[in-house]
Parts: sequence; structure tokens; C-alpha cells
Amino acid sequence: MEMYILLGFVLLLSIFLGLELISKVPSTLHTPLMSGANAISGIALVGALMLSSADQMQDILAFGAILFASINVFGGYLVTNRMLSMFKKK
Amino acid sequence: MENLVNIQVIQNIVYIISSVMFILGIKMLGKEATAVKGNYLSALAMFSAVGITCLSLEIDTKIILAGVLLGGLIGSLIALKVKMTAIPEMVALFNGFGGLATFLIAWSQFNEPSNSMFQHVLIMLTIYIGGITFSGSLIAYGKLSEKLKLGKGSIITNLFISFFYLSMPALIYVIGEPSISQFIPQVPSYFLIFLGITLIAGIGFVMPIGGGDMPVVISLLNSLSGIAAAFAGLLLLNNVLIVAGSLVGASGLILTIIMAKAMNRTITNILFVGYASSSQSASSEEQGEVKPITSEDAYLILESASSVLVVPGYGMAVAQAQHVVREMGELLEENGTEVKYGIHPVAGRMPGHMNVLLAEANVSYDLLAEPDDVNPSMDTIDVAIVIGANDVVNPSATEEEGSPIYGMPIIEAHNAKTVFVLKRSMSSGFAGVQNPLFFRENTRMLFGDAKESIGQIVAEFKD
Repeated sequence: MEMYILLGFVLLLSIFLGLELISKVPSTLHTPLMSGANAISGIALVGALMLSSADQMQDILAFGAILFASINVFGGYLVTNRMLSMFKKK
Repeated sequence: MENLVNIQVIQNIVYIISSVMFILGIKMLGKEATAVKGNYLSALAMFSAVGITCLSLEIDTKIILAGVLLGGLIGSLIALKVKMTAIPEMVALFNGFGGLATFLIAWSQFNEPSNSMFQHVLIMLTIYIGGITFSGSLIAYGKLSEKLKLGKGSIITNLFISFFYLSMPALIYVIGEPSISQFIPQVPSYFLIFLGITLIAGIGFVMPIGGGDMPVVISLLNSLSGIAAAFAGLLLLNNVLIVAGSLVGASGLILTIIMAKAMNRTITNILFVGYASSSQSASSEEQGEVKPITSEDAYLILESASSVLVVPGYGMAVAQAQHVVREMGELLEENGTEVKYGIHPVAGRMPGHMNVLLAEANVSYDLLAEPDDVNPSMDTIDVAIVIGANDVVNPSATEEEGSPIYGMPIIEAHNAKTVFVLKRSMSSGFAGVQNPLFFRENTRMLFGDAKESIGQIVAEFKD
């Protein structure tokens, strides 16, 4: 239980940190920020890799989680990079 | 045994380093000069966190390799092939996949033998948020790519909405099930039913929300996918999931708030009420004669203008007119005209939609201005060219108190000396409110496809 309280604390602090970090982003970067954040939410891949493999059902669930999180990670970072490379100042 | 402990220590240290890189990465992503590096840094953080997790695996390596390689291939192909105009729906799609991954993680955890009470609660919450993110994002994808036309009011939509409301008591039931199971009627395989209800509820959550409100929805779903990942982190006792997920949750939340403010509406009003119920008073008949204009006349006026403000909207995206718009801007500049672009935060279908399109067309980002930058000096602008925008330039928002959009910050194009409005027809905007701008003394309507109309102006310039 102590562990959960500690991690709950980490959760709250991270949210406040996130709100502080991003509160003044120019609107030019709204889309790349959203798409970049979207790629970060692919961190679920780490969670998927931690799953156990007791039976076939668990293997299928783990495979699905790894597959979809990987699409999110690769797609998210690549498209953000593609978008950012178009932002130029002349 | 000692070895295993050591591995865990190393993993946790790397997770902390990754968390710091995620934090710095997202900070750098918020500034133009450092955004590209920020994205790399965050990708490096992801790579380290995933790599170090592979030191201790229970799942068969073949399954992992197959999943990562196949997922990586699909994700990369979509990301590299997609057209820039299709970015909103693609972000929605990726977002949904992230939600689905957390949904499956929590499902897998449910199948584990001994879950504590607290873990049980976390599993249900993660499934609920992840599931709604997944199916909601799929519906957002369908709406944004215009494959799905069903909206508010149809019977099917209402059916899905009722599932959304049903899902909340269902969530309370499944959370309480293990601790109060002796007092309440048993529902066989309640968990599977809950999975289904959650997915249908996500459809009901997004289906009634209209296209113009999509910037808010897409930001909110983005936020939810992060929160789902953070909850999965609590469930698996993994700190990097918690930190990264919370950052995403926070950034999505900020965008949601910015978008809602830019429409002068509350988030609950956007999600659960919509314009339909508030627009009965929208029949303010300030009508009159519209004054159409031809591209040739428009060219003559533009040629003698010394300052021009371009105000793009969703119509520019639909007509794919961003490239000709940039060409026209360059010709005007060669002609000695000062050109700026006035971008409203909710123009288009996602936050920053217009900025991405203009960047794609090679418009320098320092020419893009926000409403607060252009409004004070609007009366010095010779010509404001409104391309496929409607509600965001509607003067009712500042002048007419009964209007449903009253109070919404707009780009005050009507204060420019002359306004060109490029439009396909006289239909009203997303809010369903008539736009008095079209009938103003200083407004000229250039009817037709935006790409063609501007193409003609460009051709005139070149002659």
C-alpha cells in the first residue's frame, strides 16, 4: 500500500509538472505537441513487455498490447518528425 | 536471486533517466527552435525505457519480436505515407491504438490469480479509460476522414449514447464486485460484459460531437490515453509509465482547455450539449445583399493593396488550397505588399491544423499570427482574405449578445478596409449561425472552389 501512495505522489507531481511545462506553447506547435505527446503515450509498450505469459490467452493479450503500442510509438514519432521538418523560418 | 534484484535496480535507474529525458523532450517540443531535438530526445527516452525492460521478460521473445516488428512496420508505413491534410484523423488513429494497448494490459492483469482490492480498482479504471479512448478515437478517425457521417439526433447515435450513460453504473458495479459480491446479485462473466459496454460507450461518447468541435475532442482523447498509461503504470508499479503517461495527460488537458477557451464554451457544453440546443435564438435575420466579385476584380484590388491578411479555415484544408495560397502570398510580397496569416486556434479540425497545412506549403512560421496580434491593427489592413473560415470571423461573437457564439474570441476581419470571403455557397458555418460579415458594406464574396479562385488570382498576377 505504501508503494501505491508513493507512486500516486509521483503521478500527481508529474501532472503538475506537465501542466507547467506546456502551459505557454505557441499555437504553431499545437499539432506537433499533440502528436509528440501521442507518441509518448506509446510508453504503454513498456507495460506490455512486463506482462506475464501463463497461458495462450495471456500470450494473445500481450501480443495485441505490444503490437498496438508499437504502432503508436513508431507512427507517432515518425509523423511528428515529418511535421516538424516542415516548420521553417525563412 | 541476487542477480534479479540487481537487474531491477538497473531498470529503475534507467527508468528515472528516461523520465527526465521525456520531461526535457516535451519541454523542448514546446519551442520552435528546439522542437525537432525535443522529439528525438523523447524517442531516445522511449528507446531506453523499452530496451531496459527487455532485460527481464516473461513473454516469449518470438511474440515480442513479431509484435514490435509488425507494429513498427505498420506504424512507420502509415506515418510516412499519410498526406498532410489527413494528419488529424491519423493522430486520432494512433491515439486509439495507445488506448487499446493499455486496455489489453489491464485485461491481462485481470486474468492474473491474486489481485488485491486496490489492483482490482485500478484494473477496472484502466480498462474503462483505455477502452473509451480506443473506440472514441476510432469514431473520431471516422468523422475526421468523413467516412462516418452519423451525427447527433439519429436513432443509432442515441442508442450508443445510452450505452455511454449505462457504462458509468457498470463501472461502479465491477469496481465493487469482489468486495460486495455476497450482497448483490451475481452477474455471470460480468467482466466480459463490462469490456463490451466500455467499448460501445466510447462510441457513444464521441459520436454526437460535431466536426467543428473535433479540436477539443481530439485533445481530450489524447489526454485520456496518457492517463490510461499512467494508471497502467500504477497497476504494474512502473514509474516511467506513470511519469510519461501523466505528462501526456497534462499536455492533452492544456490543449483541451485552450481549445474550449478559443470557442468561449465549457468542456461539458462541448461534450454533452453541443450547439444544437442553444441555437434556437440563431435566427437573427441581419440579411441583405451580398456583393459578389470576380477573381479579376479581386486581383485589381489586391495589386494595389499594401497590406493583406489571410484568414484560413477548414475550407482551405478541404479545397487543399494551401499551396496556391502560399504562391499568392509570395506574388503579393514581390509586389511590395505586406502579407500575414491570421490563424484562429480552433480553425480546422485539430489544434494547430492551419499551421501544419501552411508549413507544408512552405509558408514561413513567423508570418503566422494569432488573433491577439492581428486584431488591434486590423483597421490598417487593406484586404483581409477569408478562405473557407466562417464562425471564427463572425462579428456576431463581439457585437450581438443573443448569439450562440457571443463572447467567442474571433479574428476581427470585418474591421479591415476590404474583406474578401472565399466560399463555395452561402451555407452557415458549423455553429449553424448566420454570418453578418457576408452582408457588410466592405465585404466582397468570391464564390467557388478556393483552390480555383486563388489559382485564377495567381494567374492574373503572372500575366
